[in-house]
Amino acid sequence: MSVRDGSQTTLGRAALDRVLPLHLVLSAEGEILQVGPTLAKVTADAPLLGQAFFDRFELRRPTGLGSVAKILASPARTLRLRLNGPSPIVFTGLAAPLDDGCALVVLSFGIGVVDVLQKHDLTSTDFAPTDLTIEMLYLREAQTAALEEWRKLSERLAGARDAAEERAFTDTLTGLGNRRAVDALASKLVAAGEPFALVLIDLDYFKEVNDSLGHVAGDAVLKVVAEVLREETRRTDMVGRVGGDEFLVLMAGVAETGLARDISGRILARLDRDIPVPGGLARVSASIGITATSHYCQPDFTTMMQDADQALYRSKAGGRGQYSVGRPAGPVARTAAPGER
Amino acid sequence: MHGLVNKAIQSFVCDTYGDDAWASIVGDAPDVPHRFEAMLSYDDPITDRVIDLVSRHLGKSRDTLLEDVGIYLVSHPDVPGPRRLLRFAGATFEEFLHSLEYLPDRVRLALPELELPPIRLLDAGRRRFTLETGELFEGYAHVLVGLVRAMSDEYGALTTFEYSGRSDDASLVKVAVHAKRFREGRDFRLGMAVT
Repeated sequence: MSVRDGSQTTLGRAALDRVLPLHLVLSAEGEILQVGPTLAKVTADAPLLGQAFFDRFELRRPTGLGSVAKILASPARTLRLRLNGPSPIVFTGLAAPLDDGCALVVLSFGIGVVDVLQKHDLTSTDFAPTDLTIEMLYLREAQTAALEEWRKLSERLAGARDAAEERAFTDTLTGLGNRRAVDALASKLVAAGEPFALVLIDLDYFKEVNDSLGHVAGDAVLKVVAEVLREETRRTDMVGRVGGDEFLVLMAGVAETGLARDISGRILARLDRDIPVPGGLARVSASIGITATSHYCQPDFTTMMQDADQALYRSKAGGRGQYSVGRPAGPVARTAAPGER
Repeated sequence: MHGLVNKAIQSFVCDTYGDDAWASIVGDAPDVPHRFEAMLSYDDPITDRVIDLVSRHLGKSRDTLLEDVGIYLVSHPDVPGPRRLLRFAGATFEEFLHSLEYLPDRVRLALPELELPPIRLLDAGRRRFTLETGELFEGYAHVLVGLVRAMSDEYGALTTFEYSGRSDDASLVKVAVHAKRFREGRDFRLGMAVT
């Protein structure tokens, strides 16, 4: 034995235990002659010492090796070993020859260490300080904590975004008011008993534009329509985009439908042309439904919207590109005269 | 400044003095966010400003406040994370003290954006040590004192601390370990305490 030239070095039992707490020494016949202290700790319920290696461990890789000699002769460097028993442990291992056909098998819990720790009370002293297992555990815990913080932050940001969208009154594409803005103004007008007319506009052939020219073209059409609506309505009117291709004009202070009809006619005329969009020319028209508070004894926005909607569908059914005036359902409302409220 | 630092101060106030205390501290300060996010970044002066506001509100000196924050981070039951992560450093309190030199690197492993100033431990023998640390913000060394003091309890060691001021850019803290195992320390298992 010579340490100086490194050709052969023997390690005593105590030294092996110290540097490799997870090791086994096997006899040529496969008897377990020596068990490292940490390995002994996790197998305390069914000690390994003196037992047959191949009875207690299943060699999962490489397969088909039934003797110590074959393991030592195998070109495979990595051993995958499964310690059988009530709570199996999978080890990564490495074998090296000792004198007289004996073998040293060094084991590692690998990634599975986390499961082992759930079952066995190991401490940092059960691992060699050179073993990075403790660092891995530290990192896992730190990363889990950091990820949890990220997750919480994402949740809060998503919540804040939803809340902001809830509060928003603007349609981001067209800059018009959105459904909430329209609803808010309508409730205010109804509550104050102020007269208003309502113009509901649904684009015709919009789906065809989207299908044939794409959504970018569709969006461009919506912007042009929004511009037309802004230009053809009064400064005091509210224009909103209340659906994909549905717009609404609220005309405060207008009890009758006359002005709404004029405006609707102008809008239809303006839309009766090709609209240049990315990728070509788009052609749409509009179907419009109109109603106003003078048609109702007690105007309520939901009913008015339903009536405007019905009128709009009459426009669609009548050949599109036109407007219709809604009539309140039932004879009572029909008899309501302006100023009766 | 890494949001975790500001968030730690906020959590300290909320968990120790109540959410109302925090609300009234930041309520009068338009220049300070009302809640900090641990994973976002904030301008450095905000941290100093928050420390001043809290210090004034609680009637504690900056140094005492920051030491209390350090103790809180390790010992408050609602924040088990830092205590566990620090315990990974060693089986004994002295090992833990030595491991403090690796603390900035360990922190960077988990949070690459959080750059703690370097820490040096000078071993004067006979269980006397001097901790030397740079400044993350004014008074940062006192957070470290609180942290180490609480960790000493954690290991059951009997330790005294003496803040011995600054030299150049570093703060010096004298640590004397009078008994390694003065009483039973708190339990620590490597297996994860899944929260």
